[in-house]
Amino acid sequence: MPEQVTDVTGPGTSVPGSVTTAPRRSPVLRRLKRVGVPTLAMTPFFVYVILGLGIPAIAVVNLAFRTSTGKFTLANMRAATTGVYRVGFENSIKMALITSIIPGVLGVILAYAIQTGRSGVMRRLVATASGVLANFGGVNLTFMFIAAYGSQGIITLWLHAIGINPYSHGLRLPTFYGVSFVYMYFQIPLMVLVITPALLGLRQSWREAAQNMGASSWRYWRHVGVPVLLPSILGGMLLLFGSSFAAYATAEALTGGIIALAPIQIGDLVNGNVISGQQNLGYAIGFGMLLVLAVTMILYGLVRRRASKWLR
Amino acid sequence: MAAIGAMGTEMALDQILGPEASASRGRRRPRFRTWRLVVMLIAGAYFLAPIYAGLKFALQNDANHFSFFAVKALPTEPGFGAAFWLSIRLSFVTVVLSMILMVPTTIYVHLRLPKVRRVVEFITILPIVIPPIILITGVLGSYPLWLKSSPYLLSLMYVILAMPFVYRSLDAGLSAIDLKTLVEASRSLGGSMFATMRRVILPNLRPALLSAMVLTLALVLGEFTMASLDLWETIPVWIVNFQQQDGHVTVAASMLGLIGSWVLLTLIVSLDRSQSRRSLRKTGGL
Repeated sequence: MPEQVTDVTGPGTSVPGSVTTAPRRSPVLRRLKRVGVPTLAMTPFFVYVILGLGIPAIAVVNLAFRTSTGKFTLANMRAATTGVYRVGFENSIKMALITSIIPGVLGVILAYAIQTGRSGVMRRLVATASGVLANFGGVNLTFMFIAAYGSQGIITLWLHAIGINPYSHGLRLPTFYGVSFVYMYFQIPLMVLVITPALLGLRQSWREAAQNMGASSWRYWRHVGVPVLLPSILGGMLLLFGSSFAAYATAEALTGGIIALAPIQIGDLVNGNVISGQQNLGYAIGFGMLLVLAVTMILYGLVRRRASKWLR
Repeated sequence: MAAIGAMGTEMALDQILGPEASASRGRRRPRFRTWRLVVMLIAGAYFLAPIYAGLKFALQNDANHFSFFAVKALPTEPGFGAAFWLSIRLSFVTVVLSMILMVPTTIYVHLRLPKVRRVVEFITILPIVIPPIILITGVLGSYPLWLKSSPYLLSLMYVILAMPFVYRSLDAGLSAIDLKTLVEASRSLGGSMFATMRRVILPNLRPALLSAMVLTLALVLGEFTMASLDLWETIPVWIVNFQQQDGHVTVAASMLGLIGSWVLLTLIVSLDRSQSRRSLRKTGGL
């Protein structure tokens, strides 16, 4: 995304308060102004970011290694990687994998179906809908799904009417797979948004070249299409992974916090819902989540660099 | 999670709708048509079913008959008024703070510090990478009590959460105008920096400002994680707390929130489009 923005101000404009406005001042003063004015102008932003982003992040890392009395300890980390909290981590990673790979594939198929379709209206409609739906997780989404698939939901009742009872097969919303099912609602549109530029980057001439050399449609996809798209698809899936791994509101509202996922456990611990005096264990889990997300983002950076090799 | 989506919106929409989209028109086999139809039908069913069910459920009474009782009952439910008022106050403060902080910063970076742009860009992506749940626990673990006991702490944090949207909107808006020329023209006509800002830059930036504000508003009105952990009952928190009382009222409340945010977001998406069309025309004319 950052690469798309064109630089309107040229490189030569970086000298603030140019010389013309300061006639015959001492060089020291001028230099002070040259450094001082930009520093002053950027101060509010950087101070705000340090206070609102830096300090909380440092606090999480710091408190992860402290006892409740403030002494250094590794006990929190040990507790966070064993027992029920280990299960929470495993569940979170498993759910993030499921809700990045499946919606990732479905998103590519959907995006391809729309892009190769002839209907411009459809394309426009799906583009707008994807933009809106990808932004839409959380509480409202949850209750929409409860209205549809909850125990008294409209669709559940329809299924009852034709003799199917999903609940008797364990297909219920406040479960691991139920939450995954709901996540797809914003993950698929997100994938459509992320992958469409890459699909558009597939040049018609590549396909024609392959056909001229006698390649079948299958061989074109096998040797050209998929290899070119693969980094973009992986990149999109990594974004989906991060988005699902960090999600809290949807799972919490849907399950009331009974499902063992790392973000929900943090919420319980920090609220003191479990055992008081264990707040710092919550920070240890948070630190673990930060590590996972950092790895995800590094991989994303690598994959993105690879993706830009062929596309644009 | 929502955050990345909005970034994608700005990036992808033009391309999805762009003229090259029709370039792939070629021979088409009927086999492909069926395949596409099946995909579209399944997707349509998956995405429309909950919307339909939500609407139907919100407009039903306990005997499953059509009724507006849930929507009518909503404003008088205990706690709803207070939650609504709190959400409105928080969104107002957040939008104002966010604009005061980000507009001058972004303009200054564009005008005078293009080298810092990469850094600012990177920083404003961070709130997407660090989940709100971790941020709020960090805040609760490190800030003094007097600050934590004020609801406006949430506004302060929402400014951070909104940063990716706000910065990207403003950045796109500023890139679309020839900022340097405009400022130089205004300055050489004797306009002060303040007058330049008020009478030249901001009017040109209006669509970007509007979309930044609307995105922030939608974010604040829908935010659950931070508010619930900070123990303030905003609308989303109220909806979750109230769900045991009456399912129809809860669904009605979330459908209203949903329709509201859809209208807002669709507005931005179309605004985005008209803005990029305008900038396209402008560059074509130059």
